[in-house]
Amino acid sequence: MANVRLVQGNVACAMGALAAGSTFYAGYPITPSTEIAEHMAVALPKIGGIFLQMEDEIASMGAIIGASCTGAKAFTATSGPGFSLMQELIGYAAMTEIPCVIVDVQRPGPSTALPTLSSQGDVQQARWGCHGFHSIIAIAPSSIMEIYYQMINAFNLAEKYRTPVIFLMDEEIGHLRERFELPDNYKPEIINRKKPESDLEVYLPYINDQSNGVPPMANFGDGYRYHISGLTHNEKGFYSSVPSVVDTEIRRMVGKIEDNVDDIAQFEEIGAADCDILVIAYGSVARSAQEAVETMRADGLSVGLLRPIVLWPFPTDYFTKACIGKKAVVVAEMNLGQYAREIRRVVHTDIPLKSLTRVDGEFVYPDDIIDAVKEVL
Amino acid sequence: MAYKWEIRLSGTGGQGVIKASVILAEAALIDGHNAVQSQVYGPESRGSATRAEVKISDSKILMPKVVVPNILLCMSVQAFNKYAYNISDGGLMILDGDIGIGEEPPRVQVHRRPIIAIARENMGDELYANTVALGLINKIASLVSDDSMFESLERNFSARLLAANIRAYRLGLEAASHL
Repeated sequence: MANVRLVQGNVACAMGALAAGSTFYAGYPITPSTEIAEHMAVALPKIGGIFLQMEDEIASMGAIIGASCTGAKAFTATSGPGFSLMQELIGYAAMTEIPCVIVDVQRPGPSTALPTLSSQGDVQQARWGCHGFHSIIAIAPSSIMEIYYQMINAFNLAEKYRTPVIFLMDEEIGHLRERFELPDNYKPEIINRKKPESDLEVYLPYINDQSNGVPPMANFGDGYRYHISGLTHNEKGFYSSVPSVVDTEIRRMVGKIEDNVDDIAQFEEIGAADCDILVIAYGSVARSAQEAVETMRADGLSVGLLRPIVLWPFPTDYFTKACIGKKAVVVAEMNLGQYAREIRRVVHTDIPLKSLTRVDGEFVYPDDIIDAVKEVL
Repeated sequence: MAYKWEIRLSGTGGQGVIKASVILAEAALIDGHNAVQSQVYGPESRGSATRAEVKISDSKILMPKVVVPNILLCMSVQAFNKYAYNISDGGLMILDGDIGIGEEPPRVQVHRRPIIAIARENMGDELYANTVALGLINKIASLVSDDSMFESLERNFSARLLAANIRAYRLGLEAASHL
């Protein structure tokens, strides 16, 4: 058992970032995410990386965007109040297509609310927190090992799609400690951003000729001279207000994520295909949901679990198909129904949907979910 | 779904009940079991009611929190008042000193020891009460092997504090065998 360790979720997050090749962290500590900063502050100097404690979360986002421009795999971690502050620059990273990872260990809100308790209240903020036309990737892990592996995936997706990726943890999973054990000789698959192969003079940082909509990205110092702007821009990166240029660029930026939803989406299903009642839950709440579903299945009830691991982009077709023929769908989450609203949008109107909500900082327990299922049975 | 051991350690912020729960959970992993550890605490770093929870099982542990513990430690009156009546029938209740005398819930096995006083008198510091409590609980309930506990203590304390904490753990083991 020498390789088995008890590891906290926040620490597993930091370890996953390091395994993904992250060499840059900038952040402003906030409960319940602080252990991520603490771990990176110790680990990064040892590998020649950089840890910066910034004056606030706005500056933290600015720092990781700048670091990413130099080629570093950069991330920050925060909770609700800091996540709100980061939104403008998350939009900037989306607009300028600069890869980065933002960890949000959710706590109840709005404002400072309940700093040490758990919540899933930022699900829609992760999707729509910054203004304007953009898409986003958001991942919600449910266990300590999944945090580690999905943090590597978060960096890979950020690089592959040149986009900010939101790593949406919650206090419960961030502060939970459980078994951490890697297979012998484990080596993660690492994806790096595609570099330009063109001559130095003809590089187009926002070129629209790639099949998956993701242009190659030159790092500062590679020798390519180009312009980065939050203004709508043409393929060269310079400001443009020409409607056809703006339309093409915005639709490419959104499409590179939305059109690749099948590549990005990940789920876990337990008896979801042939059950009468489908329970949908994610993050820490999915653990209660699985326990509830297994208990009910052992009692002979026709109940299944569908656990989205990637919350955004939203796989509309998948959810629509998964809910066909169900007697009812139950969505359990620690908010007022943010993901239930999305599921309701795509499920046939004849199928009842029960939104199980919780906003008092307490956990959603298996019995809560069993009660909700029995209501719709 | 009941797991083999559902343990709640309660006390006051600063007493180290979270640290004790981490050491216990890691010892259970070293022993080859599954274990999860979680905690509930307030924004204050000291003085508020704190509870830490450990689940130990040989099956996969899904829901991480303890709803009804079968082992409960209370290291403060405040914690006793809050948690004493939420314990399974036949559960083990471990109380410090004279906390809750005459108010013990029915149908539980109460083990009362002067945990904090043992730490203060033998170690010169109440801060060791959490490790004393670990020895006491493990002796009473046989949760994990002592070897795994020693290994876990080694992983969770710096070299400077290890020897003293091993001593405190042994004081807890001894305290279990006499009143």
